[in-house]
Amino acid sequence: MGSTSDAGTGRIVAGFLAPHPPHLVYAENPPQNEPRATGGWETLRAGYAAVRERLAGLDFDVIVVHSPHWKTVTGHHLLGVPRFQGRSVDPIFPNLFRYDYNLKVDVELARAIADQGRAAGLHMELMENPDFRVDYGTITSCHLAHPDWDVPIVAISSNRAYFYFSNEVGEAEMLGLGAATRRAIEATGRRAVLLASNSLSHRHFTVEPAVPEDPSFERPYSLNQYEWDMHVVDLMRRGRCRQLLDEMPDFIEQATSECKDGSLTWLLGALGVPDYPATVHAYGTVIGTGNAVVEWTPPVGSA
Amino acid sequence: MPVVAGYIVPGLPHPLLAPDRSPHWRAVRDGFDAAAARIRQAMVDHGADLLVLYSTQWVSVIGHQVQADPDAAWTHVDPEFHQLGSMPYRFRIDADYAQAYAAAAQARGLSCRPVSYRGFPIDTGTIVALQLLNADNALPATTTSCNMYADRGETLVLGKAARDAIDAGGRRAIAVAVTSLSARKHVRPVDPADDQLASAKDAEWNDKLLEILSEGRLEDVAQLARTVAHQAHADSQMRAFWWLSAVMGQHNRYRGEVLAYAPVWGTGAAVVELVPAQVAQGQHEFDEDDVDRYHGDLEVLESAGTQRGPGGAPMGAALGRGLGRVGPGEIPGAAVSLDKLLDQPLPPRPADLAGRMAAPAGTRADRSTTPLHEPPVVAGGTNAAAAPKPVGPYPHARRVGDLLFLSGVGPRQAGTDTIPGGAIRAPDGTPQDYDIEAQTRACIDNIAAILRAAGSDLSRVLDVTAFLVDMDRDFAGYNRVYGEFFATVGATRTTVAVAALPTPIAVELKVVAAAGDVDLAALADGKWTGA
Repeated sequence: MGSTSDAGTGRIVAGFLAPHPPHLVYAENPPQNEPRATGGWETLRAGYAAVRERLAGLDFDVIVVHSPHWKTVTGHHLLGVPRFQGRSVDPIFPNLFRYDYNLKVDVELARAIADQGRAAGLHMELMENPDFRVDYGTITSCHLAHPDWDVPIVAISSNRAYFYFSNEVGEAEMLGLGAATRRAIEATGRRAVLLASNSLSHRHFTVEPAVPEDPSFERPYSLNQYEWDMHVVDLMRRGRCRQLLDEMPDFIEQATSECKDGSLTWLLGALGVPDYPATVHAYGTVIGTGNAVVEWTPPVGSA
Repeated sequence: MPVVAGYIVPGLPHPLLAPDRSPHWRAVRDGFDAAAARIRQAMVDHGADLLVLYSTQWVSVIGHQVQADPDAAWTHVDPEFHQLGSMPYRFRIDADYAQAYAAAAQARGLSCRPVSYRGFPIDTGTIVALQLLNADNALPATTTSCNMYADRGETLVLGKAARDAIDAGGRRAIAVAVTSLSARKHVRPVDPADDQLASAKDAEWNDKLLEILSEGRLEDVAQLARTVAHQAHADSQMRAFWWLSAVMGQHNRYRGEVLAYAPVWGTGAAVVELVPAQVAQGQHEFDEDDVDRYHGDLEVLESAGTQRGPGGAPMGAALGRGLGRVGPGEIPGAAVSLDKLLDQPLPPRPADLAGRMAAPAGTRADRSTTPLHEPPVVAGGTNAAAAPKPVGPYPHARRVGDLLFLSGVGPRQAGTDTIPGGAIRAPDGTPQDYDIEAQTRACIDNIAAILRAAGSDLSRVLDVTAFLVDMDRDFAGYNRVYGEFFATVGATRTTVAVAALPTPIAVELKVVAAAGDVDLAALADGKWTGA
């Protein structure tokens, strides 16, 4: 892993849209999570099971995750301490997610991404405070994709500066960050798996059932959100990511999409805006939000 | 006085962790320190025994949450400003109050839960506020989340629930809204010494808000929230002001003081104190409805009728079966919710709250409904067209000898019968906030109009009897305006409290004046022999 990789021969071995509803961790009752469940959200969990199966067959040495729940405005921040251990409690769903984590960070790659970002004109910061609590989006996506935690991660914050400007400005920023991430991976010789930790449509219900995993409660928040999600997933499936990016600002606006937080756009930028079909492992809703688990496996030699 | 004071404080960590890196951050820190000293004094002077916070940095989506861990402790690092250092904390949370607060919110129809979990991530704003205002945990406290979807109605109801729990527990609370004014941060690093507001329009609105707050007009600021949020980078659409005003009673009867205002990383950071006062500053911005109970999600995102499906198609088109019955603004979910809102009457108003609540939607009144009379024409009588019609068969004034005796005169306006400063109660009897100074001024204007019609003027008034329906609340304001007109006239005066007046007014004046052709100096010297 890490510094043992061959510099200059690195590549992205796979990229996933890997949303972070804590409900999915809650539903499977891992030992790290305190609350207990009786199941729930099986379709999405089956999608993540497929991701885990795929990763078991891939040779990778780092997971790079972009999370909407590490929010920054002044630039893009990356974890810059080799190891973090602590408890993550979801401030929104504390009844579902109280997770004890212990993770390693590939600081060398984080620094390389920061350097590449700066070279591209972005403001980049390393987060070097050892007391820092890793956000629950990062924890959730990483756990669901690869719960062994035996591979170091690089975690990147979600920059909100474009909230002051426009979705188009945000898209340009995130495509630039994605390209910088790819260059850093290639330059450091990493074999990286990328996780974009956002959902699709994102208007929540504002009430929850007495039993959180009650399946009779779960549905898309609105037909509008569902239609947009199906359209976006279809574009992914057909390899039409350029069109997806063209429509992304409208999708964000019309479906209250969490793509506004930039994770998916970052991923598509890192993958060079794929024109090959994605594998859609699952689509389902959580508290009304639309979530898709999607995989892009770049052909060897592509950038 | 269940809420003895309110504070507005910013939530970024700079004044706590790095006050001396910037003169601006130091200024805000000094404001915090001044507020902390006043809170300590309020414990002595007013028996303050609770801090209730609402923080825009604690975001929730499933209703609201109230912190209820009696011994909340952790070491926090701000996700953005981690380079400033860590924030270890241990807070004394009033779990009983938090439970009562959440229960009161639920009773008003809100989704609200108390949270008590080891390691719960208390937000930076709450930590900064509690550490700087209540460093030694002298007061027990709790804090409330800010729902990212909550509209004004939901947030008002939440604030009222906080007040319900304060009242029910017999507490004497200090309410704290943890919010910036403008919230736009710098997107690139700046030298802390050169920190400044990130946006000129933000700075302009901040100045305006602080001017209004310094006049004690909290509810006016809350009423302006939508406008400000539309025009500037307001912090969480100014929800914290809705909450704070609801906790404190939804009026403008405060003494306001800006203890600090400076930029913190581009945001408008102000420390403002609001203390209940006897005199209202008038209602200049009241045009929003009130709400007492939450009836569910407005689904505002759909109700606008502007959402489109992929490719700009109407919703439903992508399924190959457009929803023919659905047109713009007629989204089924929204219609159901609006019907639900409109069809359900407000619950009976708890008797113990009636005295401090504004009228519910649609019942607010600013005019009298008492039947009026044409003033009769009598010998020596005067009726002024510029004065309001009487409520009985009597003239505006009558001359007997050298003196003019005026009937009791209130603030109603001739022609429109409106009451400047607002009526004191709605037609259904619900008390309303009002401005005694505006009413008093209108009274005196009416008297001046009658005296003019009778050939006299205010300078010839000899004796005044004043009737107030709420002496404790209104005397100071009435007295101030009275002095503007009569300080140099030298009229004798008697002021009495009465249980009620025939119209929904707070003040009425009864005047005796010298007629216009009387030589006042000769009259005073006993040398006057008559006109």
